[in-house]
Amino acid sequence: MGIEFIYPEFEVVRNQNRCIGCRVCERQCANEVHTYDADGKVIISDDAKCVNCQRCVSLCPTRAIKIVKSDCRMRENANWADDTIKEIYKQANSGGVLLSSMGNPKPFPVYWDKILINASQVTNPPIDPLREPMETKVFLGKKPDSIERDENGKLINNLSPQLKLELPVMFSAMSYGSISYNAHKSLALAAQQLGIYYNTGEGGLHEDFYVYGENTIVQVASGRFGVHDDYLNAGAAVEIKMGQGAKPGIGGHLPGTKIVGDVSHTRMIPEGSDAISPAPHHDIYSIEDLRQLVYSLKEATQYKKPVIVKVAAVHNIAAIASGIARSGADIIAIDGFRGGTGAAPTRIRDNVGIPIELALAACDQRLREEGIRNQVSLVVGGSIRSASDVVKAIALGADACYVATAALLAMGCHLCRTCQTGKCNWGIATQNPELVKRLNPEIGSQRLVNLMTAWGHEIKELMGGMGINSIETLRGNRLMLRGINLTEKELEILGISHAGE
Amino acid sequence: MNRIDAVSKDYRSLNKMIRESEDDVAVDGALGQRFIAAGLEKNKIEITGTPGNALGAYLNGAEITVIGNAQDAVGDTMNEGKIIIHGNIGDAAGYAMRGGKIFVKGNAGYRAGIHMKEYKEKKPVMVIGGSCGSFLGEYQAGGVIIALGLGDEERDIVSNFPCMGMHGGKMFLRSECKNIVFPHNVVTSKADADDMAEIEEYISEFCEYFGFNKAEILNSYFTKIVPDSKNPYKQMYVAN
Repeated sequence: MGIEFIYPEFEVVRNQNRCIGCRVCERQCANEVHTYDADGKVIISDDAKCVNCQRCVSLCPTRAIKIVKSDCRMRENANWADDTIKEIYKQANSGGVLLSSMGNPKPFPVYWDKILINASQVTNPPIDPLREPMETKVFLGKKPDSIERDENGKLINNLSPQLKLELPVMFSAMSYGSISYNAHKSLALAAQQLGIYYNTGEGGLHEDFYVYGENTIVQVASGRFGVHDDYLNAGAAVEIKMGQGAKPGIGGHLPGTKIVGDVSHTRMIPEGSDAISPAPHHDIYSIEDLRQLVYSLKEATQYKKPVIVKVAAVHNIAAIASGIARSGADIIAIDGFRGGTGAAPTRIRDNVGIPIELALAACDQRLREEGIRNQVSLVVGGSIRSASDVVKAIALGADACYVATAALLAMGCHLCRTCQTGKCNWGIATQNPELVKRLNPEIGSQRLVNLMTAWGHEIKELMGGMGINSIETLRGNRLMLRGINLTEKELEILGISHAGE
Repeated sequence: MNRIDAVSKDYRSLNKMIRESEDDVAVDGALGQRFIAAGLEKNKIEITGTPGNALGAYLNGAEITVIGNAQDAVGDTMNEGKIIIHGNIGDAAGYAMRGGKIFVKGNAGYRAGIHMKEYKEKKPVMVIGGSCGSFLGEYQAGGVIIALGLGDEERDIVSNFPCMGMHGGKMFLRSECKNIVFPHNVVTSKADADDMAEIEEYISEFCEYFGFNKAEILNSYFTKIVPDSKNPYKQMYVAN
């Protein structure tokens, strides 16, 4: 109170004419916003605890509740915005580093929204995907420099291990610990049904999920949590996490309070002990060192699985990608600065890294110029929000996309951006058993399948409109893209012409 | 026992032979081949010469003996098994090891035992006979690291910045550590009788392999280092 007081961000507005006092809102809110006042026989709400996750709004049987942004603001100031002032207060109150969740919410340009897709008219007929076959299957991994034949002219299989995707989309890394058992199960079930992959993140692989191994990418990060021989061999591919778009250059830190029960077991660390992922891999100081980790993983998996190296999109990303391609990695995953996170320092999340659109275009261009584009597949994420984002990414040069935030939304996330509290009312970013069971994995996976099926149809429609019937033909086909409201420099980096050209 | 001549073999073919061997393996003339015995579960592997980086990475139960020195990243992310080195080792030995034991007769380079962990019955142990480079036990989260400083009693048993970010496990240094600066997140004390009883079996095993006098070693001053918190960064953040 007093000098430390910060007025609540949201107000809970309850229509007392509609409220029937059923107390669903009270039972559903893990933040304990709603309480029943027995004397007055009314439910009262403490705005200060509300994170605007929309749980009570969604479950109120009479639509009696809405959450609105408070209009009690600091005096308007274009330089010292309300949020900026409140952040100063929070730090002056606590001395703490500001911690946020989910992707960068600042109004940086979203290049996807400044890129337009072509369509065929007159000279090159569009294709109707409802009547004609369309191919959205992609294979990720190293492609050989040349075709080899034996003395009888038969093809020699000189292909490195590949990942086969029915759709150029995968669920990107979210650890068990940052998200719940039921969220992981939803992702695993959906990946299996869709013929794509989900990613363990660096929290290890719960033993119940080994059965989904064929659709699982297992991650090895600087903390090496849950990494052992069975784990490496359980998945279809191994991903080395060097960086993450939401927090390039820093590590991770799952507080001991979240290392409980199965999370502790899966990470193979004691309950209550902090899970610290150091910022660097302490054995990697160069591309040669990275090569050592790549090949130690290939040795441990007997060269049967592609190795992915995931990096955050940063300033010299094209040169970094070139180095990774030469390290022996089969796939490079690049995570843009709008990528999500369970928790990241606000200043890092909002100020470090570059947009994925520019990073992708620069990397694809560089790898082509150096004649090594075939040596790696490119997977991009952070953030891909729709089928049209996917199509634009493929046309800019990606082989496939990673999605996580969109997948979370499909499972019920309302983007309230308070994952770090561990009190997710939708049963996703929490380990509280009462909250976890709110997410039914059957329903969660069905919604993920629905979303990806819809995207699949949309991708085919967009491709068909361009007269393209195979995703392979779309990859790196920048002639299919035009920019709008972009500078010469932006167009140059994206490698596309302006609309009208 | 299978004898494999490592001379002129690249690491991939050498490792394939080791992996496919039904019996124990003797590797002669190792010269920098990397990833030897990566992920291996069974058999004893005796190596003469100098194996390359990441010897026994992800080791899962096999036992490796090196008659000679080893290079960087010995026992990287090792889960189970044993590595015995009759010489010195390079940097980042036992990175994130979760189980098994590493015994080194000589010295270790930088960052030995970095991010070593433990979980339930899995408790990794690393015994370094000589002295260690900087950042010994950085981010240590479990297990036991022992350095004995044998061979050069004048030299500091560990170089700069040991135990940075340590948040679990124990470290024992056979020295009063008068010149060593420890970070604020650890507590140091003279190892007491209980501590010595705890490490006796590891010292015995070390002496068995390398022929040192166990009683003499145990009769020395050991400094014990433990973290003061398993949640070292708890206070740093404020929700935004």
